[in-house]
Amino acid sequence: MNTKEITNQEELFVSGHRACHGCGMAIAVRHILKATGKNVIVVTPTGCLETFTSPFGYSPWRVPWIHHLFENGPAIATGVVAALKAQGRDDTRVLAIGGDGSTFDIGFGALSGMLERGDDVLYICADNGAYMNTGGQRSGASPLYSATTTDPAGRSSVGKFQMKKDIPTIVAAHGVPYVATASVAYLKDLEKKIKKAMTYHGPRYIQIDSTCPSVWGFPSDRTLEVGRLAVECGITPLFEMENGEITKVRKIKKKISIEDYLKTQKRFRHLFAGDQGREALKEIQDLADANIRKYGLLKQAKAETTTSSEEVFT
Amino acid sequence: MKVTIGAVVKGGTSLGYKTGNWRDERPVLDMEPCKRCGQCESVCPDSAIHIIDEYYIIDYDFCKGCGLCAYECPADAIEMVQEEK
Amino acid sequence: MSQVQVVEGSEAVAYAVRASRPHVISAYPISPQTHIVERLAQMVADGELDTQYVRVESEFSAASVLSGASAAGSRAYTASSSQGLLLMTEVLYASAGMRLPFVITGVNRTISAPISIQVDHQDTISLRDSGVIQLYVESSQEAYDTHLAAFKIAEDPAILLPVMVCMDGWILTHSYERVSFLKQEEVDRFLPPFQPADFLDVKEPKSWGSYGEEEMLMEFKFTVYDAMQKGKQRIKDVFSDLSLVTGRDYGGLIEAYHTGDAEVVLIGMGSMAGTIKEAVDELRSEGKKVGFVKIRCYRPFPYEDIWEEIKNAQVVGVMEADVSMGSEGAVSMDLKAKVCGRANAPLVLDFIAGLGGREINMDLVREIVGEAEKVCKSGVPFQEPYWAGLNPSILP
Repeated sequence: MNTKEITNQEELFVSGHRACHGCGMAIAVRHILKATGKNVIVVTPTGCLETFTSPFGYSPWRVPWIHHLFENGPAIATGVVAALKAQGRDDTRVLAIGGDGSTFDIGFGALSGMLERGDDVLYICADNGAYMNTGGQRSGASPLYSATTTDPAGRSSVGKFQMKKDIPTIVAAHGVPYVATASVAYLKDLEKKIKKAMTYHGPRYIQIDSTCPSVWGFPSDRTLEVGRLAVECGITPLFEMENGEITKVRKIKKKISIEDYLKTQKRFRHLFAGDQGREALKEIQDLADANIRKYGLLKQAKAETTTSSEEVFT
Repeated sequence: MKVTIGAVVKGGTSLGYKTGNWRDERPVLDMEPCKRCGQCESVCPDSAIHIIDEYYIIDYDFCKGCGLCAYECPADAIEMVQEEK
Repeated sequence: MSQVQVVEGSEAVAYAVRASRPHVISAYPISPQTHIVERLAQMVADGELDTQYVRVESEFSAASVLSGASAAGSRAYTASSSQGLLLMTEVLYASAGMRLPFVITGVNRTISAPISIQVDHQDTISLRDSGVIQLYVESSQEAYDTHLAAFKIAEDPAILLPVMVCMDGWILTHSYERVSFLKQEEVDRFLPPFQPADFLDVKEPKSWGSYGEEEMLMEFKFTVYDAMQKGKQRIKDVFSDLSLVTGRDYGGLIEAYHTGDAEVVLIGMGSMAGTIKEAVDELRSEGKKVGFVKIRCYRPFPYEDIWEEIKNAQVVGVMEADVSMGSEGAVSMDLKAKVCGRANAPLVLDFIAGLGGREINMDLVREIVGEAEKVCKSGVPFQEPYWAGLNPSILP
């Protein structure tokens, strides 16, 4: 046995998958499995993660893994949980890791059903804000005024005209015990949240800002950097909700403007030309500022909504 | 490769699919400034950096050359070098 | 030793499912299937059935839950009808491809539009290409027996495919009949626990649901096709094993009724078989050489078995409660494709009958046999399907 084999034995998500250069989602998955350990079954609906890990004969998954269809990840997970329960395999837990297309859009009905039933599944949305697997079409998770291939910028369009769907809040409204947002830019924080989610039973939800060099349009070595900027400008608030209450918020270390984040990506390039773009930038800045107020993202600031034990992560 | 019933495959078999030829730039690690912080291993999307005791090994069979390890290294110990093809 | 009870058809199915000890049952309401899952729910509530009973939010999820449970190594069951079965379509194709052997009762009901809750076979027939085995039943007793067989067929290592037991809505599900039930230990002996070679297991991590590259996708499809073809003999074996336990033998993939010397052979599936058999008796008492083939297993399509029963006939009249818009009925197409080119093959006529609950009675069967006899004489079959029981006076 050589050294490579030795180290690869510990890794639950091994090399040889076909993710793009610098894929944020692939980094997230490595850390998700680091946090859960090997006693999990992973369900992955159709999407990027499925595509780059599923070519027949070449699976990077060192945990049992199943892909079935695009819109039924949560229901497949329910079926697996039911079988485990019937068989008394209590030590095995179930994760579902879907993209934003399956989570926000086509599989949302199934997700809501799973949450309402209270099934013991940790559902993770690796959110890259569009249908990247098919070339970057608009999803319900695409950010306001981002250019996507089905909602492109043009002479009479500044990109997506609608807000990103607030799925964490919608999930929380189902009365689930644990909801969190995380980012590939903060991997220790991500692992902590996964570990904490695993201490709960019932449906839990973690949404990970999964930065995407290929379609967002930034160099493949900036995957974490772009994720950090998203958090530091306030557009991507990182928080935890336990039993419906926001219990922890990641504070912004040094607040940056929305432009500092948006200008790093091709999908927002159109906003930096013309009056329409300027107006749009203002609106996005307002969104970020509203997040900062709502979640109390600045140091010394309290969230508008009541929070108990706020904690500053570093 | 033979097909299987239901297309079920063994886990971890992607190690048989080398992605090293996707690379345009090669990360080269200088162990002198390296602080052994593990950041490069942590951020690698391709699980292609291995830490064995205090040794850091980049697995060029799989490294796609994204450059994340070099960019994130707090000690500037990794340099991206053009591949000669 | 068995016990006999007068029960509703849905209840007979629920008894068969309970006796089969499924780990997981998913349920979503749609008429006329609902009594089955309601009865099972009551069994769970009363502590008579130990299973994970999952109340899902759609039929899409109902089928998906079975897929997940089956991949995790559990026996799983649901029932649905009509739109619900169509909503499951994508799941059923994928599950057959992934070789997940669960069982579904397809309680037959027509498809919208117009919306209607009445019976025909359009729903299950629409799933004929999916890789799901389809068994059709004539009576509640046959429904009970066939459900026991269905799990064994699905889980046969040489088959490993979902099985759908197709059963006419209302006519069978909501009518009362004397049904003979097996004892639990008899069922247990016939149907041992599901023990798949592969399942989602942390001790031996495997991946399911791979992407099939173009150099292997045809081979994957062929393995499903091959399992269906080879499955014919296995299905016959399971039916025959079961008949030894029950003492009831319906035949194998088909049931032949007075076909030996028949000049006209009718073909049908489901509850219409009872009426057709009665009509055959009546016509035979009048000296007409009429026979009948009931298709019990529609997918895989048992053309060899059918051929043996029709090869000496002059005309075959397929009576079917489905139609492929723009062509003709599916069963007729299947049969024509298989008899085409055979020496001395009988002429095949297609009769669309019983859509949306339109009654199939003795008079209608007589009318159909009359049309078939005309073709016997003329030797010239009609090309367009004959819409039996159509009322032209209300057409626009």
